[in-house]
Order: sequence, then C-alpha cells, then structure tokens
Amino acid sequence: MNQPGRVERSSLGWLVLIAAVVGGSAAAFAYTAGWLTPGRLTPDRMLAALTPPSGPPLGHRRNHAKGICFTGTFEANGNGVELSRAKVFVQGRYPILGRFNLGTADPNAVDATVRVRGMGLQISAADGEEWRMAMINPPFFAVSTPDAFHDLLVAAGKKDPEAMKTFISANPEFAAFAAWAKAAPWTGSYAEDSYNSLNSFVFTNAKGDEHTVRWSLVPTAEPAAIAQAELEKRGPDFLEQEITTRVKSAPQRWTMVTTVAEPGDPTADPSKAWPDNRRKVQVGTLVVQRIEPERDGPCRDINFDPTVLPQGVRVSDDPFPAARSSVYRKSYDLRAAEAGDYPRTEVAKP
Amino acid sequence: MTSVPQRFAPIQRLLHWLMAICIIAMLFIGVGMVSTVAQKYLPLILIHKTLGVALLVLVLVRLALRLHFGAPPLPADLPPAMKLGARLSHLLLYGFMIVMPLLGLGMLWAAAYPVVLYGGIRIPALLPQSDHAHTLFWNAHVYLGLAFFALVLLHLAAALFHALIRRDDVFATMSPLPQRQQMKPTE
Repeated sequence: MNQPGRVERSSLGWLVLIAAVVGGSAAAFAYTAGWLTPGRLTPDRMLAALTPPSGPPLGHRRNHAKGICFTGTFEANGNGVELSRAKVFVQGRYPILGRFNLGTADPNAVDATVRVRGMGLQISAADGEEWRMAMINPPFFAVSTPDAFHDLLVAAGKKDPEAMKTFISANPEFAAFAAWAKAAPWTGSYAEDSYNSLNSFVFTNAKGDEHTVRWSLVPTAEPAAIAQAELEKRGPDFLEQEITTRVKSAPQRWTMVTTVAEPGDPTADPSKAWPDNRRKVQVGTLVVQRIEPERDGPCRDINFDPTVLPQGVRVSDDPFPAARSSVYRKSYDLRAAEAGDYPRTEVAKP
Repeated sequence: MTSVPQRFAPIQRLLHWLMAICIIAMLFIGVGMVSTVAQKYLPLILIHKTLGVALLVLVLVRLALRLHFGAPPLPADLPPAMKLGARLSHLLLYGFMIVMPLLGLGMLWAAAYPVVLYGGIRIPALLPQSDHAHTLFWNAHVYLGLAFFALVLLHLAAALFHALIRRDDVFATMSPLPQRQQMKPTE
C-alpha cells in the first residue's frame, strides 16, 4: 500500500487473514457445488450413466427419448375431492397434454426392443395451475433408491456379465422387476397399457387430511397380448402408427385410479407394490383425442417433471421425484441447447 | 441527494446486510441444488426461487433508497485507481442483483415451467417457451452467477482491507453496528 502512515506493521497478518477468509469462502463454495466430491451423485453423473456408448441423443430427452404427443381432456368425476383439494379433481373437464414414450435413450429404437413404456401427462386447471406426471407400465419400479438406479445403469452398461450379478446381489429388489420384464405380456398398442405413478405422493383435502397415494391410468381398451417377435414384425415405429390411426378413429380412454396407502405401507420405496386390498378411488377419465408427432408437437417443449404439482398434492418420503426432477431439468437444459440437432419442420413457432 | 451523508442511512445498512446474507445463501443454494439428486433438491430450489423473487423486489427498493439518500464519499486520499475500482464494482454488484433474478425467471418461463414460490404463489409467465431463449438465459444465469460470487468475494476482501489494513472510514459507512456519530472528516 502506498499510504504512508496508514498501513500498520501488523498489516501482513491482516492480509493473511483476508486471504484466509476469501480462500475459505471459495473452498466452501466449491465443496457445495460438488467440485471437491466427485463421488456425489449429481444429475450429470445420472445422465452420463444413461448415455449409450454411441453418445447422447442430441436434441432429445436423455431417457424415454422416443415418443409421440397427445392432447385431450381429463374428465374429473368429483370423487378425488375427498382425497385432495387439487382443482382438477373438482367435477369437470380439464385440458391435457401428454406424450406416449418408450423407456430408451435411443429416439430411433425399434418399438419391440423396449420393454418399458411410459406416459408423460400435464393436466391444467381453469386458472392455469399445472400438474405434471410421468408414469410407466411396470407395476413397480426396478430399484428402491436413485443411487441404486444409477448403479443399475452402470452395471447394465458393462460388458462384464459379472457386473449385473454383483448389482443384483446388492439390490435384491431388482429380481421382481426382472421377472416382470421377462414374463409380463406385451401389448400391441400404447392404448392397451396401464401407466403407473409408482412414486407415492401426499394428497391433502380441503379439511387438511393427508393421505399418501399412488395412482394408475388403467386403459378402457382391452389389452391383447402379443408376442414380442410378432410386434417386431409389425415394424420399428408400429406403436406410433397404431396410436395415431386408433385415436383418429375414436378417442382413447384411461381411468385414473388412486390407491390409498395404509400406515406401514412402503411409501418411500417404489419397488414395493402395496397390498391389493388397499382402497382404490376412481377420480376421473383421461380422454386422448389427438396425436401429433413430437418434432413439432406440443409435448416437445414440456418437461414432464413429476414435482410440478398443484395445491393439494405434494411429494412424500419417496426419494425418486426429487431425483427425477433434478435429472429431467438437466436433460431439458441440454436438449433445448441442442434443438438444432432435432430441427422443427415448421418455420417458426407463434 | 440533499446533503452529503457521512454514513449510509440505517435503512440502507439494514438492507445491505439482509441482502448480503440472502445473496450469499442464494449463490450457495444455487450451486448446491444443481449438483444433487437428493430429496433436499426440492426445498432448495423452492427457496432459491422464492428468495430470488424477494431479492428482485428488495434491490429495486434499495436502488430507490440509494438514489434518494446517496452514498458517503470515498476517502479523499484513496488512490484514483481504487476509487474507480470501487465505483465499477458497485455498479456491477447492482447489475448482478437486478439481472440474476430476471435471468432466473426468464429461463424458467422459456422452458415452460410454472413458477410457483413458497406458499403456492404463482408468477405468471411473461415469455413463451423458446429453446434459444432458455439456453441463453440458462448459460447467462450460470456463468454470471459464478462471476457474481467472485465479485462478492472481491467486495468482501475490499471491505476487510478498508477495515483492517487501511483503517479508513469506508467500512464504518456500512457497518451494521450503531456507531458513535463523531467520525473524523476525511482529510
């Protein structure tokens, strides 16, 4: 310092103190950001585990990358009001926007090669309040925790056959899912599958009563089993062609069934189904009226983040919705930045 | 400005320290929440959004107070380069405080996310979904956020430098402690 008379002899000590304060703050910041702890499960590491060897599907969702948009109506029958004060449970009709999809990181996957099918859904209340969800067709999830899901992706991506064995011995809950994947019948249509929340959420009604629930969208169409080989013969994009034709000829319907947990049910573990005798409440009907390709369709811009919830619904002790929200958000950030790799065919959006 | 003040007005000091705590919390929450998939992700992001909107309101109040009350002069003997640095860094700090919440809101709007704050308060979208705008705002929010933290550290270092080494009256002008008002006039 060039301030004679101002700088005291002890200033070196103070300088060290200032450097320590600044350095310590920077170190705390770096730790919080995870830069010093590469072992932390971050959204980036989850996405890295989802990425196939051929590279990420640029411009597409990092998982459930193949899909097709739909729009329609949710017809609430009013029964849900007893469980939740969500506005879309009040008897009436609410616009929906959604996406049928396949649980794969490959947007060009052959339909018959993908075991898990999904539905992204957004229901809007009259005042614009949104409820988003993303459901899949297995009756329970593959693993109990987000960390185990990461381990599953890593093990499944390894050439070494021992990797899966090691994974299964560490995560025995996976056996039930593997059995489902092997034995459950395939259907030949998105319209014949049930889509399940798997994760639990807490419903709060107008009186403030809380219930932990899961829900399913059960098709009105009768599921017809089809052999995987037969489905494969129908073509790589059969499901999208089929649902387009089917909805053009008639709207397709699903009943939304809410299952209410009882004390002691495993609300935090989506790999555990609840007993069959749990109370079920039919809260309304999903009516899919129009199908549009994803490239220019309305579902493209939507992140079906299952933590976008209306008043009257909140997350439970299930650890997955938070993890999914964090990872989906990162996936959205990436695919929006890569939109040029998946160009829209229309000249411009309004 | 009516007359040249010796210290910042009490309301200005209160806002400064309140916002300092909130901004540092925001910066830490910001980098923490985007690097976790744990359940705390959801409360963290809710706090980040709510506090961000609150800070946007507070900075506008603060700017109005600054224009009304003005700021105490820097010591007359401060080297010109440091005076320039002080002025520029304060302009930048105000810039970050205004721009960061706007970018945060913009990136949510441009991604078609509903903006719902603590208590279910909904902020209507002022922008349509846009991949391009989302990417621009997202990158700006991230990199300006890191630059903001660096500037906060510089500001902290400068404050300590004034208080501990230079021992001029600069720190006292913003000190949170009520102090004796008889401050030496700057020489």
